Amino acid sequence: MSPVHYVALSVILFVIGGVGVLVRRNAIVVFMCIELMLNACNLAFVAFARMHQNLDGQVIAFFVMVVAAAEVVVGLAILMAIFRARRSASVDDANLLKY
Amino acid sequence: MTTLHTVAATGALKLSWLLLAFPLFGAVVLLVGGRRTDKWGHLLGVLMPVASFVYALIAFFGLLGSAHRSQDLHLYTFIQVGRFQVPMGLQIDQLSISFVLLITGVGSLIHIYSVGYMEHDSDRRRFFGYLNLFVAAMLLLVLSDNYLGLYVGWEGVGLASYLLIGFWQFKNSAAVAAKKAFVVNRVGDAGLTLAIFLMFSEFGTVTFRGVFGSIGSGGSGVATALGLLLLLGACGKSAQVPLQSWLLDAMEGPTPVSALIHAATMVTAGVYLLVRSNPILALSPTARLGVTVVGAVTLLFGAIIGCAKDDIKKALAGSTMSQIGYMTLAAGLGPAGYVFAIAHLIAHGFFKAGLFLGAGSVMHGMNDEVNMRRYGGLARVMPVTYVTFGLGYLAIIGIPPFSGFFTKDGIVEAAFDKGGTSGAILGTCAVVGAAVTAFYMTRVMLMTWYGKRRWEADAQSAEPHETAEPLEGSSAQGAHGAAEQYHPHESPAVMTWPLILLAVGSVGAGAFLILGQRFEKFLGPVTGVPPTARGLWSLAGIVTLILVLAGVALAWAMYGRIPVPAVAPRGRPLTVAARKDLYGDAFNESVLMRPGQWLTRLSVYFDNRGVDGLVNTLAAAVGGTSGRVRKLQTGFVRSYALSMFFGAAVLVALLLVVRL
Repeated sequence: MSPVHYVALSVILFVIGGVGVLVRRNAIVVFMCIELMLNACNLAFVAFARMHQNLDGQVIAFFVMVVAAAEVVVGLAILMAIFRARRSASVDDANLLKY
Repeated sequence: MTTLHTVAATGALKLSWLLLAFPLFGAVVLLVGGRRTDKWGHLLGVLMPVASFVYALIAFFGLLGSAHRSQDLHLYTFIQVGRFQVPMGLQIDQLSISFVLLITGVGSLIHIYSVGYMEHDSDRRRFFGYLNLFVAAMLLLVLSDNYLGLYVGWEGVGLASYLLIGFWQFKNSAAVAAKKAFVVNRVGDAGLTLAIFLMFSEFGTVTFRGVFGSIGSGGSGVATALGLLLLLGACGKSAQVPLQSWLLDAMEGPTPVSALIHAATMVTAGVYLLVRSNPILALSPTARLGVTVVGAVTLLFGAIIGCAKDDIKKALAGSTMSQIGYMTLAAGLGPAGYVFAIAHLIAHGFFKAGLFLGAGSVMHGMNDEVNMRRYGGLARVMPVTYVTFGLGYLAIIGIPPFSGFFTKDGIVEAAFDKGGTSGAILGTCAVVGAAVTAFYMTRVMLMTWYGKRRWEADAQSAEPHETAEPLEGSSAQGAHGAAEQYHPHESPAVMTWPLILLAVGSVGAGAFLILGQRFEKFLGPVTGVPPTARGLWSLAGIVTLILVLAGVALAWAMYGRIPVPAVAPRGRPLTVAARKDLYGDAFNESVLMRPGQWLTRLSVYFDNRGVDGLVNTLAAAVGGTSGRVRKLQTGFVRSYALSMFFGAAVLVALLLVVRL
């Protein structure tokens, strides 16, 4: 299989994730979509590293995983707090910070 | 040109500061002491100017006996900054001592009269405090040996007149009149201030001696500028056209104040300034011409106003304006006129004080009624006032041998002696003015003292009058209905005696001063002219006398032969104009006040719409824009995400475009 297929898969996953972030209201699902986008990026990094015979992309993929883990920790904590306060996990309900 | 030769004061003159100190002390005690001095305040107030007068007499005779008749008393250094030095000193010479005697003499009589006139006023003590302040300021004005000291007195006089004209400040008209007098005077003061600035910048000194000593080296331009600026100052203080408008309104003050302003202090200050500055005027024909023109215009202006006023005080005020016009005219005629300017001023001081105090006496007996159309036939009920007023009347219209005849004729002749077209015009003005003076003064006489009684006596008037009516300023003119009942009565002795003394002065002052060139010789060292012998009767004098008699006859035909209507008829256009002060106020309002108001309105409009408008528009634009922009902050996370996606997409697209 040529690496191009991996890149194509990566694009498809990224688009699915992006659309999910934009259209879903449930914060948990939005989170999962963000994870999907991050992992699509990881897949692209690894695919390109393979294509160019360069390890930089693989190293970056690890970094992304670490950052994603940290982000999930913080994000889920915020989500818990919002849910406790508002009894809802919908992102549209957390709209106090506006004009 | 004269230079002043002064020597240090000797003898009794060394204490000349006492002249100022007495009334100033009185003013301070009465004004600072407050109600504690209510009981005896008026006595102190009378005593102080009398003390000054006594000292002035001593100084006068000391001066007569001394070889040096111009003496300088250095008091202290007023200002010492770099090379600018203003020594504070008093100059006692023939001119200033003449004024001092007039101010303190007539002033004392007015003080004595006020004791009776203001008896029922609860603020009599304050009144005397202001009177003393007035006298003190006027004495400083005439005694100072430099222009800055003169200026201090000048401003003091302005302040005191403001306080006194507005003495009954609960009357709106009085408060407004006081403010008007002050503001109009400030216009004139600006001229004097500029003159003093100019003296300092040109000569580096403001003392009379220093300025007159170096005026010759300054060129005629400087002399002309100084002369015209001093004329502006004199116009303000002496109520000359175009700064005349305050004088008629100043009648809102108590009558003794009017007498003091018109006879002894205030309006004479301008004449004093012009005569004192004669070395400056001598160098500038232009300035002299300006002075004579102002004088001639004012003497006719005031006389015409005097003809139409039904208010006895305003008729007399128009007369003052006119008489001061004579003095200004004389002061502008050069050395020949100075003597007559001062002689007329002194004679005028007597008869005008007498006339005003007489008018006050009439008002005192007539419930403060000032409308002459409600008088008539008062000669019987107030004999003393009638006789003294009559003597003042004869003096002012210039019937020989009363004082006005000598002094006014001197001015008329001096005007004709000037020669040329201007001399003829000025002389004609003076002669016509004399005839008009005779007309309006006869009118005042006839309307007040003769004819049918146009007032109704009440029951009390038959029996002797015990208590005078309480004086209330608010019950002034116009408040009485036609059916108001009066009980006119002669004023108490404290008021009639000053009238009698002033009448004596009115009768004798002119003859005493003019006959035998007595005053000319006395003033010679100041004016710098040797006395010239003149005949008592000249062609101009005879013509004047004939015209004066014609004026009297005309007034009799109009106001004596036929009864005076109790309500003023509509009158011809000139009468209507004269009743409105010849539109002096209207002129000021339309030429000065209205444009000023327009300017301020324009500035306010520009400030609100232009300056503020610019800033406000900018602020509104920023506010409006941000109001719209903030709507983007919807609070919906997904819309933020969408914009981020778009942003990222645009960035990527840009990168691709650049790469390509």
